[in-house]
Amino acid sequence: MSGNVLILGATSAIARGTAAAFAARGDDLYLASRDLEELKRIAADLHVRYGVKVLYGLFDATDTDTHPVFFHKVIKETQALSGVVLAFGMLGDQQEAREFNVAANIITSNFTGAVSILSLCANYFEPFKRGFIIGISSVAGDRGRQSNYVYGASKGALSLYLQGLRNRLHPSGVRVITIKPGFVDTAMTFGLPGLFLVASPQTIGKQIVRTLGKSADVVYLPVFWRFIMLIIKHIPEFVFKRMKM
Amino acid sequence: MPTLTKVISGWGCYPQQSCELERPERYADLRPTTDALIVRGQGRSYGDASLNENGRVVLTERIDRILSLDTKLGIMRAEAGVTLADILPAIVKQGWFLSVTPGTKYVSLGGCIAADVHGKNHHHVGSFSEHVQSIELILADGKQITCSANENSEIFWATVGGMGLTGIIAEVTLKLKPIETAKMMVNHRAAHNLEQLFHLLQEPTLDDHYSVAWIDCLATGEHLGRGIAMFGHHASKAECSIKNSLVNKPKPMRTIPFNFPAWILNPLSIRAFNALYFNLEGRKKVPFLRDYDSYFYPLDTIGHWNRMYGKRGFVQYQCVIPEKTALVGITALLNTLSVSRRASFLAVLKRFGDQDKGYLSFPLPGYTLALDLPLRDKGLFSLLDKLDNIVLKYGGRVYLAKDARLSAESFKTMYPRYETWLKIKQSIDPTNRFTSSLARRLDIGNLHELGSEK
Repeated sequence: MSGNVLILGATSAIARGTAAAFAARGDDLYLASRDLEELKRIAADLHVRYGVKVLYGLFDATDTDTHPVFFHKVIKETQALSGVVLAFGMLGDQQEAREFNVAANIITSNFTGAVSILSLCANYFEPFKRGFIIGISSVAGDRGRQSNYVYGASKGALSLYLQGLRNRLHPSGVRVITIKPGFVDTAMTFGLPGLFLVASPQTIGKQIVRTLGKSADVVYLPVFWRFIMLIIKHIPEFVFKRMKM
Repeated sequence: MPTLTKVISGWGCYPQQSCELERPERYADLRPTTDALIVRGQGRSYGDASLNENGRVVLTERIDRILSLDTKLGIMRAEAGVTLADILPAIVKQGWFLSVTPGTKYVSLGGCIAADVHGKNHHHVGSFSEHVQSIELILADGKQITCSANENSEIFWATVGGMGLTGIIAEVTLKLKPIETAKMMVNHRAAHNLEQLFHLLQEPTLDDHYSVAWIDCLATGEHLGRGIAMFGHHASKAECSIKNSLVNKPKPMRTIPFNFPAWILNPLSIRAFNALYFNLEGRKKVPFLRDYDSYFYPLDTIGHWNRMYGKRGFVQYQCVIPEKTALVGITALLNTLSVSRRASFLAVLKRFGDQDKGYLSFPLPGYTLALDLPLRDKGLFSLLDKLDNIVLKYGGRVYLAKDARLSAESFKTMYPRYETWLKIKQSIDPTNRFTSSLARRLDIGNLHELGSEK
């Protein structure tokens, strides 16, 4: 059962892993990001390795005015979409994000931009009564910490938005899955201190595609992060506020 | 770009050095850093070729896209970080194979060119670079140029075999080899001593597209150099009765999870293994079919097989002796090894054809011997120095991709075209931006030298 999957933010390592896993099961792809030169390379690669059709186009999450035209173009070029993966995100620098203009940029990338494009996707899938939306959020969205709370807050907001969307789309049979990756070996984590059990983006990509065959709505990847976050979420606030995390 | 300071090593786990790693994810980010750097693909060279102690090491593992594959002409273009393991499934199903492949598929395309690797068919088709149509090379000034045997040819021949010291190998266009099936037709012949083994490898009626010999290093006296010559070619459709003959089933990989204690490989255990292997494999006198993975990459099915040698690692010693003196030279090498009472777990003998055009390419017409020697004590290095002297005496050379301890003097005698190489290096990298631990150890790229020596 092959379909046509739109990958938003397709140049990130997790997106590449996910795109490869979709292509490996025979899905055609539409890759979208700001970097056309890079998309061209990724698209060529997926086509040669898996023999699927791969289209690509310019998409800027922060430029929400362009989203309707972009989405219309995707629908026109692919004929029909079977699902969407939202993989864009911006970690930013928490030190710099103490200034609002920097924080606003992170929020626009991770949340406002996501709401803008996912509204279009949701409205598209709902009347067809099929399709899936996979949103890549983050474990950082489960609890605010001094080291990345602006990023965390925007991802936490994304998780909530996806939760609401899932509730809305449930009657129409459209799947909404929230992925919360822990440490994955990407540009975001490369060189960071204190990493452990870092997963490869290829493995995470395969696991993301596999969630479509399962019933879970919120998936931590690698799975043991569910337990780590369970503990972190249950540390009382009067203790948590004293911790250096 | 963020950096990660980490102690890394080549495949031999010796030496281990602290380097500042940088890993571009986008093609546009693959460019020379302001500090001196070396590019590292999969880190499968054995010694210090992909190390730059206390300096920058740029990883290409994410710059690994296959950009195009012409299934009619067998031309593939890809980014240099892609591994042969990733290329093979994409090309084999279309009826193509790598024209030259080394003994592991977990190497990057860029690494294959930087070391100008060879395969079991060197005596027929030359080394890897013979089948490279062109390279996109990013120079020290950040400019990207195309080089090939016709375009910027001097830079091309300095880059193949140039150990990454001329620039960043960024993209590669390869000429592939057509195959009818994914299987190999293999034929074994046992030899009871080195002379017999040489005869088998030279015998035109036995010769095949691929040939290689395994040597039992622990056999001494009249059995010195006993081994098995293994011949093979890509099986034709007629030879292979399977319906969908281009399908290759990947084998599950077993991984050695930790460093074995160093004593596991000792003369007794190796002797037992060798006796078993000689009898089992030497018995196969009738040609038989094998999948390409177990034919070309037998060790790849064991992940991290280098851990077998313990945490101190091992040194692989590979040298080539010119045709005329090969038998005496290799006999001398094996004798010295057996006198030293150090056992090599793996010993491989191959025949080389004509010298390749790369200025620092390893192969020359003759025979190449590769030995894996566990590193237990410093005594190993004096043994290897003795082997160097034998190699020098017979006009041979040591393979830089495997090397961790050769001296600068020996290097310059073994690679007479180094002077020519250095002039080209100077013209494109005047500040010696591309350097590595190997380059410093062997005094490669030391640009002051040109004027002073002459």
